[in-house]
Formats: sequence, C-alpha cells, structure tokens
Amino acid sequence: MAIADIAPLGVDEHELEEIWSDAPGIPGFFSTVDHKRIGMRYIYTAFFFFFVSGLMALVMRSQLSAPDNHVVSPYTFNQMFTMHGTTMIFLFNTPVLAGFANYLLPIELGTRDMAFPRLNAFSYWIFVLSGIFLYASFVVGKMPDGGWFGYTPYTSKVYNPGINLDFWGLGIVFVGISTTVGAVNFIVTSFKLRAPGMTINRIPIFVWAVLSMAFMILFAVPAVTLATALLELDRLFGTAFFVPHLGGSTLLYQHLFWFWGHPEVYILFVPATGMVSMIITVFSRRPLAGYIWVATALIAIAFISFGVWVHHMFATGMPIQAMSFFSAVSLIIAIPSGVQFFAWIATMWRGKVEFTTPMLFAMGFLLIFLLGGITGVMVAVLPFDWQVTDSYFVVAHFHYVLNGAVVFPIFGAIYFWYPKMVGRKLSERWGHISFWMMFIGFNVAFFPMHILGFLGMPRRVYTYPSGLGWDHLNLISAIGAVIFAVGTGITLVNWVHGRWWGPKAEDNPWDADSLEWSTTSPPPEYNFAAIPVVASRHPLWEQHPLPHAEALVDEEGPKSLSAEGALHHQNTETTGLDARPERALELPHPTYLPFVLALGLAVFFVGLLVKATIVGAFGVGMALVGLTWWAWRTDVDLS
Amino acid sequence: MRAPARLAFVAAGLVFLTACSTHGSPYMFDPKGPEAHRITSVWWLMFTLAAVVYVVVAGFIFVAAFRGRRSETGKPSRITDNGFIVVGGIAVPFVILMVLAWATVDATNHVRRPEKNPLKIEVVGKRWWWSVEYPDQHFTTANEVHVPVGRPIELGLDAADVIHSFWVPQIGGKVDLIPGQHNVWRFKVDEPGTYRGQCAEYCGVQHAHMAFLVVAESPAAFDTWALRRENPPSGPTGQLEATGQMVFMRSPCAGCHTIRGTAATGTIGPDLTDVGSRKMLGAATVPNDEGHLAGWILDAQTIKPGALMPPISIEPRDLQALLAYLRSLK
Repeated sequence: MAIADIAPLGVDEHELEEIWSDAPGIPGFFSTVDHKRIGMRYIYTAFFFFFVSGLMALVMRSQLSAPDNHVVSPYTFNQMFTMHGTTMIFLFNTPVLAGFANYLLPIELGTRDMAFPRLNAFSYWIFVLSGIFLYASFVVGKMPDGGWFGYTPYTSKVYNPGINLDFWGLGIVFVGISTTVGAVNFIVTSFKLRAPGMTINRIPIFVWAVLSMAFMILFAVPAVTLATALLELDRLFGTAFFVPHLGGSTLLYQHLFWFWGHPEVYILFVPATGMVSMIITVFSRRPLAGYIWVATALIAIAFISFGVWVHHMFATGMPIQAMSFFSAVSLIIAIPSGVQFFAWIATMWRGKVEFTTPMLFAMGFLLIFLLGGITGVMVAVLPFDWQVTDSYFVVAHFHYVLNGAVVFPIFGAIYFWYPKMVGRKLSERWGHISFWMMFIGFNVAFFPMHILGFLGMPRRVYTYPSGLGWDHLNLISAIGAVIFAVGTGITLVNWVHGRWWGPKAEDNPWDADSLEWSTTSPPPEYNFAAIPVVASRHPLWEQHPLPHAEALVDEEGPKSLSAEGALHHQNTETTGLDARPERALELPHPTYLPFVLALGLAVFFVGLLVKATIVGAFGVGMALVGLTWWAWRTDVDLS
Repeated sequence: MRAPARLAFVAAGLVFLTACSTHGSPYMFDPKGPEAHRITSVWWLMFTLAAVVYVVVAGFIFVAAFRGRRSETGKPSRITDNGFIVVGGIAVPFVILMVLAWATVDATNHVRRPEKNPLKIEVVGKRWWWSVEYPDQHFTTANEVHVPVGRPIELGLDAADVIHSFWVPQIGGKVDLIPGQHNVWRFKVDEPGTYRGQCAEYCGVQHAHMAFLVVAESPAAFDTWALRRENPPSGPTGQLEATGQMVFMRSPCAGCHTIRGTAATGTIGPDLTDVGSRKMLGAATVPNDEGHLAGWILDAQTIKPGALMPPISIEPRDLQALLAYLRSLK
C-alpha cells in the first residue's frame, strides 16, 4: 500500500473550521454533537458533583470525629451518606469515566467523532438532567435517606412515606438511560470507526478497558433499572413486588441491585486501570508488557464480575452451599487483576520510569489498589465476611478501591490528558504537592477504618458512644479527610489556573505513543483532517513519520479518509477485526433534538415524581415529538 | 528498603492503635465463642499472607520504579515480561487463593451447625430495639440476650418492620433479620461476660442507637435468671410502687408496653416486665439509672431523636412513683 507522508494537505483550515464548528454562544451550547465538547462537559459536570459530594463527606467525618457529637442531626447525616454514595457512583465516577471515554475514544482511534454523535449529546443531557433531578431534593429540603443501595422495605412507602425516596428511585432509573446509550456508543465506535490498520490487536489498552466497561454496563444496568423501577411501582402505584406480606420478596430487590452493583464496581475500576496502563506505558518509555494478557484480563473481568454479587448478601441467611460458589468466584476474580498488576510492574521493571504527576498518581494507585485488592480477597472469604460486612472494614476496603484505585487514576488522567484537551499545561510542582497531600490524606483517612471495623463499628451510624475504642481512630480519620480534601482542592485550583494562565502545550508534550497525541492540542473540531494510517500498537513511537490515508484513498479506501472527507463532514467505517476501510459515513450536524428528547424525559420523570398525570403526559408527548423528528431528520441530516 | 519500612511502620501503628483501643471494645479478634474463634484464626492466616504479599509486591513496585533510573540505559532484566505475569499474576495468586478457599471451607464446615439440646431464643428486630423471647421458658425481655455458657444456642431472627442485622463481634458474624424470612443463627459462648452487639444493617434514623447486650453466665446463674422471669412477682412491692403502677396504667405507657401480670399489653415498645434489672436503656444507649430513666420517660427524643417513644408529660409526684415502680420490676 502506498502511503504518503504527513504533508500539507492542500485544504484550507478555515474552510474546515467553518464546516465543523458549532454556532457561537447559547445555540451552539445546546445543539453541539462534538464528542470533545460533550466529553469535557461530562468531566466538568462530574467534577462539580465530586466536590459537592466530597463536602458532604467532610461534614460526616466531622460529625464522627468525636463520640456523641452534634454537628448534624441524624436525619441530615443519613441523607448525606445516601447522597454521598449515590453521587459518587452515579454522578461522578461513572460519568467522569464516560467523559474521558467520550473525549478520548475518537482521537485515540483516529476518527472524527463517535459512531452516534447525537446519541452522545443525548446521553450527556440525560446525565445532567438526572443530576439536577436528584439534587432538586436538596433544594426542596427532602433529600433521600435510604442509603445509596436503597434496601426495601426501609425504602417502601410504609417506612419512608415522603417524596425523598422518589427523587432517588426515579433518579436512578433516569440516569441509567444515559449510561446505557453511552455504552452502545462506545462499543460501536470501538469496533467500527478505527483508523485504517488499527487491527484488533493494536487497539490502545484504554479502549479495551472502555469496551469491557461498556459490555458490563449493557448487561448490568438493566438490573438496577428494574430494581428501582419496581420499587417505584411499589411506591407510586401500590404494587407489591417487594412487600413480603403480600407475596413479594425483599431479597429479590437485593439480588437485582447487586447483580448490577458488583459489576458496577468493575465498570468504574476497569476504565481506571485502562488509564493507568496508558500512563505507565508512556512514562516507562516502553510498550506495555503483556498486551494480550492485559486485554484478555479486561474481558475476563467483565465476565467474572457477573458471578460475584452474592458476596454482598452473605449475611442474609442463604444456604452455605449456595454462598460457597460466590465465595469461590469472588476469589477467582483476583486473578485477572493480578495479571494486570504484574503487567504494570513488568513494564516499569524493564523500562525507565519518569516521575511526572500522572505517573505519581499511577504509582499511588498501585500501592493503594494493592491493599484494596487484598482486602477484597478477604471479604470473599465467607466466614470472615460475616464479621466484616456492613462494618467499617468494608468502608475502608471499598474506599481503597473506589477512591484510591479509581479517583487516583482519574486525577492522573487529568494531569496526563489536560494538555491535549485544553491546549495548556498544568503546573507539575502543584501537581506533585496535590498528589502527596491526597496520598497521605487518603491513607490517614481510610486506613484506620479497617481497625474500626475490627473493633465492631458498624457502617452508617451517625454517632457512637465513647468507651468502645472508636474515638481516636475516628478523629485521625477526620484529619486525614481534611488533608485529602485540600489535596483535591489544589488540583482544582491548578486546573482553573492552567486553563487561562498555563503555558501552551505542544501536540505531544509527554512524547506519548497513541494517536490522540498526533493531532493538535487541543484537537480541531474534525480531529484529523486526513485520517492517520496505523501499522503498530504504538504508532507515534514506531511510525516516523506517521502516515495519513491520503494515498490509501486512491487504491482501496473511501474518499472520507482524506481531507476531502473532512470537507464533506464525513467519517469512515472500518471492519471490526482488521480495520479495513469500508465506506464513508455522513456525520450529523449540530441539532437541538437530543436536548429536546432528554428534556421531555425529564418532564416525564417530574410528572411521576409529583404524581401529575398531565405533566407526565406532556413529557411523554415532548419526548415522542423529539424522537419522531429525530428519526425523520436522519436523512436530512446525513445528506 | 522503602516499602518494607513503610509497611513496618503501618504494622507497628496498627498494633499500637489496636492495643490501646481494644480494651472495652467489641473487638472481633478477642473471641468469646467458637465461631469468632474460627474467624479469628482465618483472619491471622490471611493477615500473614497479606502482609507478605504486600511487602513483596510493594518491593517489586519500588525496585521497578527506581532500577531503570540508576543507569542511562537501565539494567537488562533477567525476568521476562511474561515471566512476571505468569508467576506473579497467575501462579502465586492461584496458590494463595487455594489456601484461602481451603480456609473458607474448613471454617464454614465447623460453624453454625445444628447441635443437640439447643436453647431456643427468638429475637425480633424492631425500630430501634430488640425483642427477645425465650419460647420454652415462656417469657419475653428486650435488648438483653442472656445465654448459658457452653450450651448451643439456636437464635431465631425475624424483623417486624425493616431489615436489621444481629451482630456481636466477639461471638460471631452477622445474620440479617429480614421481613418475611425466618433466619436462624446457631452459636455458642465460651466465656462468661457481657458482650456488646449492635444492629449492622441500616434501618433508619436511629440505626446508630440499636445496640444490645449479650450476657453469658454459668448455666446455674442463667437458670436462676430465667426462672425469675418465668415467674414474675405478682404485684407491686410497696405503696409508692403501687401508685407508680396506677400511673403507668393510666398514662400512655400501657398502650405501647407490656408488663406481664398487669393490664399493660402493648407491643410497640419493649416488654418492661424486668426493666429494673436491665443494665441499659433505649437499646443499650444510656445506663439504666434513675436519672436516665426519668429523662427517657420525659423526653426520649433528646436521647434518641426519631425514636417511636413520644415525650410524656407527667406530674413530678407521679414521676417519682412511676420511677420507683419501674425500678422495682426485677
């Protein structure tokens, strides 16, 4: 195949910009379908929720810093731990990873946008509207208090008659739509929109991780949607799915919830490991060790994660034989994580490690996840779990995993990809300070919780008496929480400062290997004028110069690969396994329809919430109009 | 050296903190029954393995991070990438997991098994206290579970409203109380003593104040205790107590509480037939002395906001009689 070097493409960049850019101001804001704008927005919105939820954690830690404390009432405390957990899982961790995936997938795969750009916009609007929906409970002073897991019958109408729980139940159903359509988009994009030559064994590990996540989402999220939808049917319409004395089952709710709930842990964790793999590769200055092993491990986790949910229910009195299976599977899932772990060690071992801020976060991740993984194996051991489940040991364990092993990679990812996304660099010095404060604060805050669990402290208590040996450890934990919070705040300031005053970033400031670093920082709206041609797992390290597909067009590829394709607002479909160019795809132009559809659904959920049929019907009508119009407009948009 | 040093520091801190915290604490590795004993053994096995794994792997991380920096090119490694992954990521974890699987099966095989001649106790979890019934002895008490040392116990667990979880860390693991499902926890206590337990499943606003005590005593002491409750005293012991009983019957108290042998048969709050003998009030929230009892009666909401016991307005003279009566119920 004849391949031209990167050369002036003979295309006027201004012309391209005119074709691709959104309308300025508010119309553009609501109508954009650009995956980069949407991805950034996902990240900003998710971080807003991260800091709100983090402030709630600080209030809770200060309430618990001394026995019989009165910082907040028990009502407020219970609402706060409910919203803290719900926010971190549904409104921070899941969407922030979706944001990174949204931003990075097309530029990492070498394409001009996601497979379904409008669906992408829709997914974001649902996310932000469901966040507003959940936090409206705060505005009206009726925050849900059923815990992030919402176990019935405590969350049934009988024991929780207020509107509080409906904000939660409906909000979870609502946000699930966003997650699901996002997953579909990631899968199709990864399989069908790769740059020519990016065969399945050359896909960046981060994309493998996102794929694994997306498949887990597709199979897991329906379970939690079902659980919360049935709960709301019980609450709003008097059905009895979970009402024991009418023939329902409370355990059914738990099974449905955890059938999603455990894969969800991996939905969050797996993309974070993908980020770590990318960062460690770049800063060890060598290819990732055991690429095939790691990709296989990521897929294995996706499968095995569906066989472990009962370890959240070891105390419910199920037969021991039944629980033993889940105990065994919960042990086995440590193996794929072990594979990844030693792939990272091997990469560093035979590389030359550079301690940049992203790499520090990756190393912090390794040390924290090592402990979180070990305690994860411990809770799989059935009799031990009888003791520690619902104790502070578990609080320690899952914060080591969900905070240490997910939030640390996300912070590392910010430092790593920020120059690409924003076009400016963050301060390395303040990055280092932020990391050390977060790392020390994290361990001071969460390590003592293991011991608190051993000392018999249960989860979700708003206070405790003195004399049980819990006082000092809780105080230490509160101090750690403050240090951790200051560390995250420093990154926030660094982030805001860098946005306007940071030094300009080069295209490839880290000398990284994957395709996103071949375009400008920040990338143009169309990502690549001409699509690059890939012949390696690490194109920017091994292909000098990186060829683009201009010449490929004449021989076998569709015109959309070339700059001419960019002029025609096109994308290129490639084959699933070996990424041979198949045909040109027309990309949709900016449109308000995703917003209209999402808004219609939001109105529908508000109607359910306030039990106003007319409002609900109006919402359905709005959504139907949006949907029909959307279907209708397909041809118009794409021609 | 850094990783082992860090771990040694952490381990020392752990030992220190644990040592100065366990006194008076419901510490799960200070076992007082066979189940907690088994689990403690499993824990120390796991802790040993975990400590070794952490030190070794963290050591690898540190060496891996720094070895390449020592020379310009990095020393050539004798270990291949696949060697790392297959040995460190698969083979060694597999062996460790097999050990843990064996430990799991071994421990679960030896606990919670049916035994001959058990003492039956029925516990019902309510918001936010525990009803404790001895069906064979025909009496009910609350928030205190008395058991004879050494005898197998068959503890039936039911929930009256929402899900609760029964947990006494020094005796064993948790068992949930689930509406519509009857769970049974079979256990034994080896050593006389009073062990604190607490609800471990979030159950609403006063989940934090839903504790209880397990009182393990010699079989003789237990029999005396049980016999006394099987045959409660027939009436008030003195004039003041008799007045107190009248106050109890005409105030809202009798609507929610039972005192066996009287007209009070309410079931919303705890059975008070032996309330005077209990160590604590409000589900092991405050000590059972005259001041706390008076405070509890007048305004339980201050002690336990959201509890189902409303504030009771009562004349001082009546209160004095009521206190005398309740404290005489032993």
